[in-house]
Order: sequence, then C-alpha cells, then structure tokens
Amino acid sequence: MKEFAYVRAGSVEEATSAYAAHPGSRYLGGGTNLVDLMKLGVETPAALIDVTRLPLDRVEELPDGALRVGATVRNSDLAAHPLVRDRYPALSQALLAGASGQLRNAATTGGNLLQRTRCPYFQDLSKPCNKREPGSGCGARDGVHRDHAVLGHSAHCIATHPSDMAVALAALDGRVELDGPEGARSVPAADFHRLPGDRPEQDTEIRPGELVTGMLLPAATAGLPSAYRKARDRASYAFALASVAVVLRLDHGVIGRAGLAFGALAHRPWRARRAEEALLGAAPTRAAFEHAVEAELSAAQPLRDNAYKVPLARSLAVDVLSRLTDTALTGRDS
Amino acid sequence: MTGGVGAPAERREGREKVGGTARYAAEFHFPGGAQAWPVPAVVARGRVTGVDTTAALVVPGVLAVLSHENAPRLVEPDDPTLAVLQNARVPHRGWFVALVVAETLEAARAGAAAVRVTYDAEEHDVALTVSHPGVYVPEEANGGHPAVREQGDPDGAFDSAAARVDVAYRVPPLHNHPMEPHASTARWEDGRLTVHTSSQGTGAVRATLAALFGLPQERIVVTAEHVGGGFGSKGTPRPDVVLAAMAARHTGRPVTVALPRRCLPAVVGHRAPTLHRLRLGADGDGRLESLVHEVTTHTSRIKEFVEQAAVPARVMYAAPHSRTVHRVAALDVPSPSWMRAPGEAPGMYALESAMDELAVGLGMDPIELRVRNEPDVEPDSGKPFSSRNLVGCLREGARRFGWAGRDPRPGTRRDGPLLLGTGVAAATYPVLVAPSTATARARPDGTFLVRINATDIGTGARTVLAQVGADALGVPLEQVRIEVGSTELPSASLAGGSSGTASWGWAVHDACARLARRLAEHPGPLPEQGLGASADTKGAADAESDFARHAFGAHFAEVAVDTVTGEVRVGRLLGVYAAGRILNPRTARSQFVGGMTMGLGMALTEGSTMDAAFGDFNESDLASYHVPVHADIAEIDAHWLDEEDSRLNPMGSKGIGEIGIVGTAAAIGNAVHHATGVRLRELPLSPDRLLTGLLDRRAQDAL
Repeated sequence: MKEFAYVRAGSVEEATSAYAAHPGSRYLGGGTNLVDLMKLGVETPAALIDVTRLPLDRVEELPDGALRVGATVRNSDLAAHPLVRDRYPALSQALLAGASGQLRNAATTGGNLLQRTRCPYFQDLSKPCNKREPGSGCGARDGVHRDHAVLGHSAHCIATHPSDMAVALAALDGRVELDGPEGARSVPAADFHRLPGDRPEQDTEIRPGELVTGMLLPAATAGLPSAYRKARDRASYAFALASVAVVLRLDHGVIGRAGLAFGALAHRPWRARRAEEALLGAAPTRAAFEHAVEAELSAAQPLRDNAYKVPLARSLAVDVLSRLTDTALTGRDS
Repeated sequence: MTGGVGAPAERREGREKVGGTARYAAEFHFPGGAQAWPVPAVVARGRVTGVDTTAALVVPGVLAVLSHENAPRLVEPDDPTLAVLQNARVPHRGWFVALVVAETLEAARAGAAAVRVTYDAEEHDVALTVSHPGVYVPEEANGGHPAVREQGDPDGAFDSAAARVDVAYRVPPLHNHPMEPHASTARWEDGRLTVHTSSQGTGAVRATLAALFGLPQERIVVTAEHVGGGFGSKGTPRPDVVLAAMAARHTGRPVTVALPRRCLPAVVGHRAPTLHRLRLGADGDGRLESLVHEVTTHTSRIKEFVEQAAVPARVMYAAPHSRTVHRVAALDVPSPSWMRAPGEAPGMYALESAMDELAVGLGMDPIELRVRNEPDVEPDSGKPFSSRNLVGCLREGARRFGWAGRDPRPGTRRDGPLLLGTGVAAATYPVLVAPSTATARARPDGTFLVRINATDIGTGARTVLAQVGADALGVPLEQVRIEVGSTELPSASLAGGSSGTASWGWAVHDACARLARRLAEHPGPLPEQGLGASADTKGAADAESDFARHAFGAHFAEVAVDTVTGEVRVGRLLGVYAAGRILNPRTARSQFVGGMTMGLGMALTEGSTMDAAFGDFNESDLASYHVPVHADIAEIDAHWLDEEDSRLNPMGSKGIGEIGIVGTAAAIGNAVHHATGVRLRELPLSPDRLLTGLLDRRAQDAL
C-alpha cells in the first residue's frame, strides 16, 4: 500500500507546521470522506494531519450575538445545539438531512465543508475526470449525470457539491474561518466554494496549508425564520437531488431580507442573488416567489438527463418561501 | 411438542451473529494466509494485449500476480462467467483480467492498482431497445420455461375486445447487493482443497471446482456456515471461489478473495432490464378475452440468461386467448443472473399494473376484476391447482387494510401538499422442490443430531429444519442439534427458488421419522454410537406432480406523494399470503417483510443505470445503489391464511423466500396512480419522474 505519515496536531500552529513539513499532506477530521477516497486511490496523501484534537470543538456565542462554531464540532452535536436550533433552524435542519446518524456522529464541521463531490467518475480511477486528474476529460458529461449540475458548470466539470450544511451556511450569510501560513482570515461561506471553470480540481478558495478553523454564524440572521428542505431518492442517507435553504425577514408586510441558496444544482452552494434581489421589497406572495425563483433559474443549463432539477428546485424554493412567510407572519412554524 | 413446527422458535445462530462470533467466509484465518484483490477490465469489449506486472510485483508484500498469461488452466466450465484468467478476451467492462495476491489486503489493493493492463478495445454495444437488431427468441427462458406459449387467437381476440389495455413498462437493471460481499478462502493441502465460501449451495460449488480443477469431489470440502445474504447472486459459484482456489494453488498459500463492493455489479449477476408490452382485452364485465405479455431483455455475450418475466402470466388469470413471449439481445454487458423472484418480480410488476389499468378503464374495483378472472385450472398447463387461495388473500387483505368503500377516483385525496392513494396487486411464486439427503442420530445422552448440507443464508433454515426434525421425532426442539453448511454433510439442494425448506425439510422429516420408528422398535438403552437413520428424497421430491403448485398472495399499499418534490412515501404496506403451512411464524414473517421491503425498493429507490459511454453500471456502492433504509419503511405487516395442501411435501409447506417481492412494486405503483392520476410505467418511481409527471398532468389540466 501507499504508506503515509500520521501526525496528531495539538494546536493550529502544530497542524499548519506539520502540513508545511509534509508536502502532499491532508488534514484529517472525521475521515468519513477522506478515508473512503484513500481506499479508492483518489486521495494519496503523504501524511494525514489529525486535527480532531485541536481545541476547536466548541460552539461559542460572541459578544455581538454571532455564533462561532469550531471546525471539529461534530455534525450531530452542532445540529442538536440549542442555540443553533433556536437561532439558525435552517442549519440544524440541513445537518440532520445529511448522511446518516453514524456518519453525522463522526463528521466534523470543517470536514463537511471540505468534502469532495460524489460524482461517480471522480471516484473511479478508470474513468476520465478533470477534477481528479486535470486534463483527462469529463466522463459525466456524456455519461450518467442525473445527479449533476444545472447551474454554473463548465466544459471541464459538471459535478455538484454534496454538502447540505454548506447550503444553509451560505443562505445564512455565514463565514468560513481559516488559519494558515499567511495568518488567519475569514471568507463569506457563499464564496468559499468555487465554480469549476477551467480549474475544477480546486473545490474552494482555501490556500495551500490553510486549515478551516471554524465557521461564523452572524448575528444579523440569528433568530430569523429560516428553513432547509431537501428532495432525495430515499428518506435518509441519500444526497440531495435538489435542496434549498431560505432565511426570510418581513418588514411591515414586505420582504426586508431574503437569503436563498440551492444545493445539488452546482459546483458550490448556489446563493441565489438574483432571486434575493427580486424578493427584496416585494410583498410575500406566491406570484412574487415564483417570479423571483424564475429570475434565478432561468440561467440554468440542464444536461441531457437532469432537466428535472430546475422545476424541482423551483418547487422547493417556492414551498419553503411560502412556509417561512407563514412563520414570519404568525410567529409560529407552519 | 414444544418448539416444533408452527412455533415461533428463535434463530439458533442469532446470538453468534449479533455478538460477532459467527464466522463468515473471509474470516477464516490460517497460518501463511494471503489476501487477493482483483483487477477489473476497463474496456467494455476487446482483448488484453499485455499485462505488465513489474510495478505490482515490487510492491512490498505482493506475492504474485495472476493473469491469463500465467494462471492455472481450468477445464472449460459449464458457466462461462467462471472461466476467469483463461484467455485474453474481455466480454464486458469489469471482467477480471488479473488478480494480485499479497500478504495483506492493503498490499493486494496497492498491487492491483500497479498492474498495467493494455487492451485492444473494440466498439461496444450495451443499449437495450425493443427494436435492437440483435433481439432473438431463445429456445427457453430461465428455469427451463418455453420462450413462447400461445393459445387461441390472442391478436384477433384483443382487437375485438370491448375493453383494451395496450401498454409498455420498463424495469431497470437491479442488483442483489447482499451485505456480505462474495468471498472465499481456499487452501490446498496434500492435493486436497478446502474452501470456505459465501454461497447459497456448497454442493454446486464443490461440483464446479471439481470439474474446473479436474479433481474428484471427494478431495474437496466446501463450507458456508454463515452467509450474509445472497438473494440469488450466490446461487451459483462466482469468480471469487475460482480465483481463491487458483491463487492458493499458484502460491501454495491459503488465499482469501473478498470481492470489493465496487466489483460486484459486474461479476456476480444482476436482474436484467426488462421491457414489457402488455395487451389485455376484456369484455364489458371485465372477463379477459385476450392476454398478451411480451418481454424483451438483455444477456451478455458469453452466457444466455433470459429473465422469465412473462411466465407468471401463464399462471395468473383465465383468458381463452393468450400469448407469452420472451426475446433477448446479447450485448456487451455483464452477465445477468438470478435475483429474488426472477421472472415473477418484474413480470408481475407489469401484469399487475396492467390489470390495474384495465380496472380503471372499466370503472371496476381492481380486486373484483381479479376475482372475476380467477381460473379453474392453471391457464397454460390445464392442470388443477394443488391449492390456490389468491381470492382468499385478496379478501383477507381487503378486510385488514380497510379497502371497502375506497373511492376509486384518482388524484382526489389531499393532505396539504400530499396526495394520498391506495393500491393492490396479486403475488404468485411457484412451488419448487429438489431431492436432498439427510441423516438423523439418536444419542445415548438423549439428544438428537440432524445432519444435512442445507445452507442458511439468513433465512432461519437451520432453526426451521430442527423444528421439522423435532416434530418427526416427537421430541422437544431443545433436544435436536443440527449441522448445516458443509459438503461433509449429507448432500442437499441449494438455497434458491424458495425451495430450501421444502427440499431439506422433506429429507429431514423422512430421516427423523425413520429414526423414530427405529427407536420405537429398539429395546433397552441405546448403544454407545447411538442409533441412526438416513433419507434420500430422490424419486419423491422430484416426481412430476399432476397439480400446478404455487403460492399466492396479495399486496396492499397506501402512499403519500409530495406534490412539492415528487417524493413517494409508503405509509402502509400489507402482504397476505397463502403459502401452505407456515413452519415458523417468526422467521416466516421476517422473510415476507424482507421481500416486501425489497419490493418497495424496486418500486421507489433501486435501479442500476447502464452507462452507455463506458459500458458499466453507474451505481457501484451502497451510497449510490439505493436500497430502502429504515426511514423509508413505515407500517409494514405480513399475514397468512391457514392453507392445508397435502400435495406438496410432508410438512405441507410452500416456499416463502421470494413471494414478498412479487407484485409489491405494482401495488405501490397502482397506489401512486390512485393518489395522483399519474401512471408511470418505468421503475423506480423516483422524485424526478413523479414530479415531471405531476407537472405534465397539471399542464394538461390547465389546457
């Protein structure tokens, strides 16, 4: 087998310097995706730097009312956290819609963000994949692509990002916190993942050696009505065919703030800025929702076998917007 | 007697399995044991032009690389899928072209990744269509059934029928995917071969290995004490056992071959896709005048396997004019094979969906339509039924389900965004039985030992056979020990075709009844070695019956279709069966409910997609091949009628392992139509298809 070094880091500094000391290494969280990819031969790290012992396992409330979620907080713990459930229901719902109970117990926040696409061509070394092997081609484009992207894809890659959590994070205006050789920084969650363009091997804006240390849930969306909904082939343990996260605030009967993100439609959680613009200031009617969602999805470029994703995403978004409006108007979950 | 036939005895090996001490084929570890990893072909058709093992052989721990260039020569097998590493031909993508043997699994896998195989690839053809130029009518379909049967003038009768249904259905390729992958551990010692394998029948494995390696069967021992599911895919020997024996011979080491999950879809069989055309012609009262069921399917280039999907139409309904046809095209696809209820599962999906369409067209209750077409004798053979209680199952199911008063109008019951509906379908499965042998021994300590090479693939067979033995002996169940799962035991048939309990139970019953008579005649204490008896049911179990023998059943489903997403949830699923005498209600219920769950998967979630560009199945792990999970199953229940049938076997039992999957998908599909008014004719009924159907219907309604 391909041997690899194993380093257990006790601090962010230890982790990043271990990364620098071992070219071609990978940070190891819960391992629910990385270890699978190693078995498949897709990932062949020279070293695994175990970051699960880092002191990043807490959810803490900041003075301004934001929540900081450490990168090693397990998905199941985060979903169950009272402040998350109370203030960011979309995030809790998204986490619980992901994977299975066993996987959520193991998977970390940082790992969830950095998981790779489940595109079957990416996982199969015998087939071309520009993400796995740049320049080799895309097997999915002419192959089986019912689950693939309808927005923002390129000639090089039609993969989708599989995370549920990241979709809610994008809609909630969350931020991803990073630390690395050039110091700490944070980027908006909606911009953290990339579109494939001509560099599909690059999933995110993370720089070499940088470590996800956590994510920030802003005070601005705390407590607003929010929800996540996912359509899938079976009731649990299936990736989304399409999903949507919505955050909504009504001001005097019109939409004062709207955050809308789609999952499973693109190479990244798809923040629906055009739809949000159309919603802002509008009365929360079904017609307004349909109009807004259409403004976003008219840009979709479905492939041979995934045209269904467009009406599915539309239907999900209008449904969640309608339900959240009821919640916002009545103060109760509908 | 306590614990005998009819008692809900607990699975004897349950504690071992739950505690993790039950040993499966890949868990037999021997000194010097090696692990192996296969190398699958990456072209769909062509020839291997070179196997460069240089890099693989320098991977630390790698012991050997076998390919067609150096592997032991085998006698040509009856089953061409077992002629592994014998020549350069690649009949389909995923066919094994090399095997790496190493000290550890990790080294074997790394070695396999380092083998460089070059190919001369040829154009491949994997797309099945009804009009494919390669389609032909085979001599027979699986199970020895004639490919074509015809009575009267089905076309003329159809054309003149008052009510007609002429529809096409599609069932995609499906995979068995048992939890335990196909695995074998083999070792050679002094010219003798011992194999621990995961199989539904070790007798067939031994016979096959004997033929392949030119050995007398007496020098081979094959065991399968515990098997983690098979569903038909372990009903025949698979490449793992041949490769393990080859590698063990080649290296002189015990070798374990546990096939990686991702390899399974290509090399252990699948349910072939079936394209159905159903034509039903009936009079105004719903009596069938004409029944035509034509099936087109695929097979591989190397092996003809024809899913016998039109066969249940020869059993189910009275129709004076009928035609049933199987057609097949040989493509560059993996070889299809048995999967739970081959023939009946896809065939009854199509037939029972079409019957529902006919009922809707006639404005008739679908149960009454079926009752009205109940035949007096088996329609195709003209034989009387040994017992047939389909109507009883439908009636009892209707009572339990609350069918009475059902509003037949589709698309009218709403619960918020959900559309609700109910559906029904019939089920049938033939009574199959094969000769077997068994021994029984009374021991001086008061216990009894029953020995038979039955295979318990998770069904509870060893428990039920002990119950049969206890009954025939007239002793409490606790006094009966049983040994199964080894060719060292009296030979018996395989666990397949829902025939196990009938076949093995018959031999166990006869051996134990004979022993009971000997004991009754035996004066005084038993000799030290005890007292034995044996039985061989040859001549009895395989005797031609004057009766048509089948189990029947009825499935009822209640569904909720989410109009937002097209997701279907089955709120209630009920099966009622008439399957002779139920020998153990605990394990029987598990069999029925398991079959129904698999039927739910067939209806809603399961399907393998042939990748036309690459020539393989797209779904190659359990994350992408969607078997139902717990959250998919709400209320599910199985009941049965007390059915006395003296024309079966000494226990009066019919097989129960497969009927649960038969018709289940039709019941769910019919319920989806009742809920939505949308009739989908292609499985699975996934959200993309349902939502598209709902939107199309909405658009039509708006016109």
